[in-house]
This record gives sequence, structure tokens and C-alpha cells, in this order.
Amino acid sequence: MAEYATPTTEQEFAGNFAQLKPLMSNSEALLESSRCLFCFDAPCIKACPSGIDIPLFIRQINSGNATGAARTIYEANYFGNACGKVCPTEVLCEGSCVYTATGAKPIEIGRLQSHATRKVMDQGKHLFQPGAATGFRVAVVGAGPAGISCACELRKLGHEVEVFEARSQPSGLTLYGVAPYKITNEETLAEMAYLEAQFGFQVHYNHLISTRADLEKLENEYDAIFLGIGLGHTSALGLPGEERENCVGAVEFIEQLRIRQEQTAVGRKVVVLGGGNTAMDAASESARLGAERVVLAYRRGKEEMGAYEFEYDLAKGVGVQGLFNVAPLEILGNGKVEGVKFVRTAVLNGQVQPVPGSEFVEPCDMVIKATGQAKQTSFLHLIPELQLDGKGRIVFNPGTGQTTNPRYFAAGDAANGGAEVVNAAADGKAAAHGIHTFLTR
Amino acid sequence: MPDLSINFAGIKSPNPFWLASAPPTNSGYQVMKAFDAGWGGAVWKTLGVPVVNVSSRYGSVNYRDKRMMGFNNIELISDRPLADNLREIEEVKKRFPHHAVIASLMVQSRQEWHDIVRDVTNAGSDGIELNFGCPHGMCERGMGSAVGQEPEVLQTIVEWVMEVARIPVIVKLTPNISDITEPALAARRGGANAISLINTIQSIVGVDLDLFAPYPIVDGKGSNGGYCGPAVKPIALNMVKNCAQHPDVRLPISGIGGIETWRDAVEHILLGASSVQVCTAAMHYGFGIIREMTSGLEQYMTEKGFHTIDDMVGRALPNVKHWEDLNLQYKVTASINPDKCIGCQLCYTACEDGAHQAIRLQPGTRTPEIIDENCVGCNLCSLVCPVEQCITMERRDDGTQHQTWKERTAADDIPTTFNDERAGGRHHWVPEPAAALGKEKEKTLPGKARLYTPEPEKQVVNE
Repeated sequence: MAEYATPTTEQEFAGNFAQLKPLMSNSEALLESSRCLFCFDAPCIKACPSGIDIPLFIRQINSGNATGAARTIYEANYFGNACGKVCPTEVLCEGSCVYTATGAKPIEIGRLQSHATRKVMDQGKHLFQPGAATGFRVAVVGAGPAGISCACELRKLGHEVEVFEARSQPSGLTLYGVAPYKITNEETLAEMAYLEAQFGFQVHYNHLISTRADLEKLENEYDAIFLGIGLGHTSALGLPGEERENCVGAVEFIEQLRIRQEQTAVGRKVVVLGGGNTAMDAASESARLGAERVVLAYRRGKEEMGAYEFEYDLAKGVGVQGLFNVAPLEILGNGKVEGVKFVRTAVLNGQVQPVPGSEFVEPCDMVIKATGQAKQTSFLHLIPELQLDGKGRIVFNPGTGQTTNPRYFAAGDAANGGAEVVNAAADGKAAAHGIHTFLTR
Repeated sequence: MPDLSINFAGIKSPNPFWLASAPPTNSGYQVMKAFDAGWGGAVWKTLGVPVVNVSSRYGSVNYRDKRMMGFNNIELISDRPLADNLREIEEVKKRFPHHAVIASLMVQSRQEWHDIVRDVTNAGSDGIELNFGCPHGMCERGMGSAVGQEPEVLQTIVEWVMEVARIPVIVKLTPNISDITEPALAARRGGANAISLINTIQSIVGVDLDLFAPYPIVDGKGSNGGYCGPAVKPIALNMVKNCAQHPDVRLPISGIGGIETWRDAVEHILLGASSVQVCTAAMHYGFGIIREMTSGLEQYMTEKGFHTIDDMVGRALPNVKHWEDLNLQYKVTASINPDKCIGCQLCYTACEDGAHQAIRLQPGTRTPEIIDENCVGCNLCSLVCPVEQCITMERRDDGTQHQTWKERTAADDIPTTFNDERAGGRHHWVPEPAAALGKEKEKTLPGKARLYTPEPEKQVVNE
């Protein structure tokens, strides 16, 4: 029995994908902010990749200065609202809250953060303005968390910024890749509009930069170029039958879900391949779309999954079943997916080995591959002198974001190989300072 | 089972918990409901010539999410006709003959005092409380605290009352005075049977930041009010103690001020009160709080072996001394239990910035460490620590030495000149002023510290 009925209306979709971190009321924010101890050298700040002064903004909320709180948040992280909702706070700020040592619940930092940022967003209260014009022009490729954060900070420093985005909407995976129960499309886009209104950078949507000619144009017209291009499509597994209908990549599936919402098609019986956070999301989402049975299949044991524990708990909570120590051999079916042939595995000397004779078929009508995204190496090779590391990540200076081609800077998934929104936002902003130093030295 | 009943200056009550003269005792309905709930007595909302009140009467001091830590009001005495109140007093006494009904009174002339004292006595009141405390409104008309602040006037009025009083008379004192024992002594000279304290403290509880007006706001304006609630308990306790310790006051004391739980009541009693009065807590939570108060008091008395309230009255008084009588040889220092420490480091920053730099951070752990030789035993760290019994103050002297300031003075062993070596500050470590500069800036200003430098590099941590 499915936990969820297939949503057919916008309301039903919103119900199945109810926000895990709903907006805090003023009363709740007062109660929660009152609990904060205002630790010295607070562990939550250290746990935040963007270094938000969390005790300060909580104190500001508590003293009735939500605008000041929002300023504290946005000064550190332009994706302040999104991060409050989509960050894995359980393993970052909230996970480091000293309250956990007493057995008490940690402060709900993420929800407090969004409470403050939503206030200024909803009231259209502007906190920033562009700096005095420097005359320098910077091209930002990709309007994801890294690109937008970089663009905001560059504008604050007075540089002219144009953003080139392949898709029709900004914010990258915050919009196209995060589970809908973490943040809604409206909320994501509202923050982007809020930032754009203050900083006045220009975004060219549906503008893919993909050829050497495209890059040359940027190199000729701009003083520096920032790459916030993220990762590519789901990597192919190289399995027989992978091309069958209803065998899809998790990233592509989630993107469909974010755009088409309740109109997203899901199988009745879904097998999700993978053990990372994206696999957990895809499995949860399938269940919330009304799939009768969702099986999460992973090559190794449960403990070895890359996903955060709370993400697996979330999936289990909506009825997802784990199938561990199995490796897919073939996607079966006749045109459409009808099942996955697995072999059981055992770990020998750290290596996953198939157990001969243990093959079995798990019937299903949809397969979602959450086995990692490909790097955009062929595009990156078009940039002269730009070095990639062995894993296809852009080699860059972590302090400045500068790549091996001095006019190119990078941050976000393309540089770090795939991390959280907060990492991209923090590093994109840091890269803006790298660019600023490069331009003005 | 301990006996909670009291006989307070001749007023009998099944327990020491009375409702103070205030809005909760405005009517027979409320007083009956309170007695039904378990209150031992009620001091009726002050009677006199009925008043006209303003709308918007109360203001509150909130602390974080906690409401009404402090409370003030600009309400006056009863606005109901005396006859209605007398009829209801009579009705309450018929229904509750063993509960205490005390009539609070405030009038002006001698004749009025005589008339109203007789009226409330005839209605069946068990006692009278003279309201010489109200610090707003009524004092502008020469009543309330205007009387309480003039010991001679107070004494005269008490004498008028005693001319006709046939039931015990309590004088309620205002704290808006420098020495509470002066009006207490005047009450005794006038012949009063008891005193009650404290009435409310003149206050402004807050200012509206948009309207530039004090709370509570009446059509854009405000006036000082009378302050009460949990925040005033320390002031009340000190004044109760002052009256209880004064050798010439020698009157039963009804303790008032910040009583919300059995603990607060016990504190008043240990410092000399033999009944207690409650208002704000009842206005905040309703009459139901009496269940917690009586059960807590009963439990405490059982555990301590007290059989009656009188066994407890004033038990803490012998330990309340003048500063000059405290033992200067007593020495405690703080001790942090690392198993309990949660690493908030509030103790560290409190001691660094607010005390004596006697706590240091340790590498590899968030648990700070006490620098024993710098610790003056001030208690601050143990007060800010959010974990129960994590920081304790441990006695370090051997308990054999005893020397007070008074004794040192007598022995001519006290600092007397500006740079005297006998002063305390010479004997504990004080860091060089310039050592403060830049210290832990990245920790105390974490947001600012992350501002990017022109040449971003790995953060340098100053240790």
C-alpha cells in the first residue's frame, strides 16, 4: 500500500510534498530564539560553510530586529532563505548546537533563518545596493548558487555583471534539483527576484555557453569570467537495457518533478539505484508521487551509504524499502522497463564482489539511476590553460576561486565535484573577492 | 501532615496564602471562586469613595519569551459602590466563615475612616488593611503612598482607625521610600496590629518606540504606574527582612511582592513574613496556581520537619548580616565538571569580560578550565552556566579562620590610603591592558572576521 495517493491537483501535490521546514510564525520564532544560549565562539558558526553569525541573527530576531537579522544572514550568504530551508542543518549548524549535548533539541536555526529572510523578502525591504561603478565587466556563466552569489558580491563591489544561464530560470539546483518538500519553486524564485532587484545584475536566460566561439566572445567583452556551471547529466551505468523507456536519471527525474509537479509521471513499482542523498530524494519523491512500491538498491551495506542518516530516515518514513548489497546487471523489459536483474554482492578486501549464482530479478516499471552526475569536461577543455583534476573537477585556488587560466574563476559543483547549496553560495562569494583583487590589484 | 493554618495578628486562615488587594479581589464572585480553589484569605480591592478609571491600565516587562516578569498598573481603588462591596463581603463570610476576608481601605477624613471601618466590621470582615501604598493616581490626591511616605501622617491616620477598630488592623507600606522601617515604626506607634509589604513600586515599564509614550498608553499619553510581579521579589524580600530584624517594629508581617510559587512564599516566610499575599501570579495564571503553592509548601515543611508556619517564620533572619560581619577568610573557587559541560563557553566569556579573567580555553576541547589562582570565587560562571550542577563553587579555605571587616577595622588592618597594600586588588592577577587588543577578535566578531581581505588567505588564529 502506498503511503501517498497520486496527486492530481496543485493542492494535492503541495500536500504530498508539504514543507519539512515550514515558515515560523512570529510567536514560534520568539519562543525558539529565546532558547539560544549565545555561545561564545559558537560551534554553529564554525559548522556553517558560509560562516553566518548565527547567535547574532537569532538574538536580533529575539529583540524584534528581524531586518537586522536578515542583514546578518545575507551579508554572509546571499542564498540565506534557500539555505535555511535546504541546508542539511542536521549535520551542519544544528548538528553542532551545544543543546544536543544536554539531550535537548538543537535550536531550529534553519527555520529561524528563513523566518528572518522571508520577512525582508515579503516586505520587499532592500538591504543592499550596488557599489560605485569600477568600469570592470565580469561574465558569470551559470545562474546557480555559485553564479548568483558571485554576481551579487561583484555588484556590491561595483563591477558590471552579466549572467548567462542555459535554462529559463535562475538558482540552478535550488530550483531544478532540490526535493520539493525542502523548498517551493515560488520561494526559490522570490529570493532570486529579491536579489536581482537590489543588485541589478543582468541575467540572459536560455543562453547556453557551449562553444569555443561563445567563450571567445566572453573573453573579448569581459575582464573576467566566472564559471558556475555545475555538473552535467546523470552518468550512464553502461548496463544492458539502460535505454529502455522509464529508465531515467535521478537529476532529470527531479528536474521534471520541479517543473511539472503533479504532472510528473512515476511508475507503480520504482527501483532507485544509488546510496547518496540524490537517491534518497528520488526515492522519497517517487513515494510521494503515489508509487505503490519504492525500492532503494545499493551495492554496499546500509552503513556505507553516502546519504545523510536523516535523509535515509526521511525516505524510510514514506515507505521506501532498502535493498542492500546488490548490484544491477541488466535493465529488463520489452521496450518499457519491466524489472532489474541484480546480483548479490559481498565486500572482499574493500572491493565489492558479485556473489556467483545469486542473481535475481526485482520486477518494476521504472528505474531511477541516482549514480552520480557527469562532469562537463568536454566544455571545460575548450578553455585554454584550464586544468582539471583526475576527477574532472576544475583546479582552482580555494581562497580566490582563480583557475589555472588567470581570467577564469570557478566555484560550486563544477569546482568541488558536487556539494551543498551553501558551499556553492559561500565559494561563489569568495570568488567574487578573488575576481575583485585580480581586477583592481 | 504539617498544619498550614495561621493566626495572623488574630486573623485566622486555613493557609498563609492570601490574595492581595487588587483586581482579583474586586468582587464577591472572584473571592468566592478563589476560596473554592483553595486560597486561605483575600484582601478586598481597596474600598473608599468609588473612583473613575482609565482604559488601558496594565503594562508588562517581558524577558525574551517569558511574559510578565514585571507588571505595572495605573488602575485606582474600587470603582464599585461601597454598599455592593459590603453586601458581597457579608455573603462571602457567610459561605466561608473560616477563611480570612480583610477589607482594604483608603479614605481621607477622620470621619470617613471611622465610618468605613465600622461598615466593613459590621459586614463581617476579619481584619482591615490600610492602603498607604498606592503610588499612582491616589497619591496625587493625598492618599495611598502620599500617606505612606509621611510617617507622621501615617501614624495619625492609624490612630484615627484604632479609635474605632474592633478587628485587627494591618498597615500596608509603600516601598517608595528610602528606609522602610520608618513607616513601619510609625504604624506601630499608631497602634496597628500588623504590617504588610510591599505595595507596588513607582515605575515606567517601557516606552513605545513608535509613539514615544510610556506603557500603558492612554490616548497617546502615559503615567507612572505601580510595579509588581516576579521582578520585584528581591526588593520585597529585603524590605520584609528590614522590618523583621528591626528591634522596635515587632509586628506580624504579611509578605507581598513577586510571590508566584511555594518557593517564593517560603523565602518571604523565612525572612519574617507570617502570611503572604499574591496578586500578579493570580492575574497571570488564575486562581489554580494555589494547588502548586500549597502542595509545595506542604512538601517542604514535611521534608524540613516543620509542623506549623510559625516554626519557619524568620528562620533565615539570623543569617542575614551586615556586610562588615561576613567572614573575609572564607574562600570558594569555581570547578567545572567536564562530563557535564556542553561547551557553550559562556562561563569563559563572562569571566573574561565581566569578571577576573580566571577561565582559560583549552586546545582540543570546548570545555574551559578554571585558573584557580585567579578565581576570586564571585559565582558568575556558575550563574551563567546553562547546565545544572556543571559549575560548582568549592570551598578552598580550611574553615578554621574567621575574620570580618569589623574585626579588621578594630585591629587597624584595613586599607586607608589610595595605594594601600592591604587592598584586595593587589593580591590577584590582572592582565596588562594592551593584552586585550585583538584578542579573539575572530571569535567575538565572527561575522565581521570573515570579511574578505584584499589577499584572501587562510585565517590566522591568534592564540
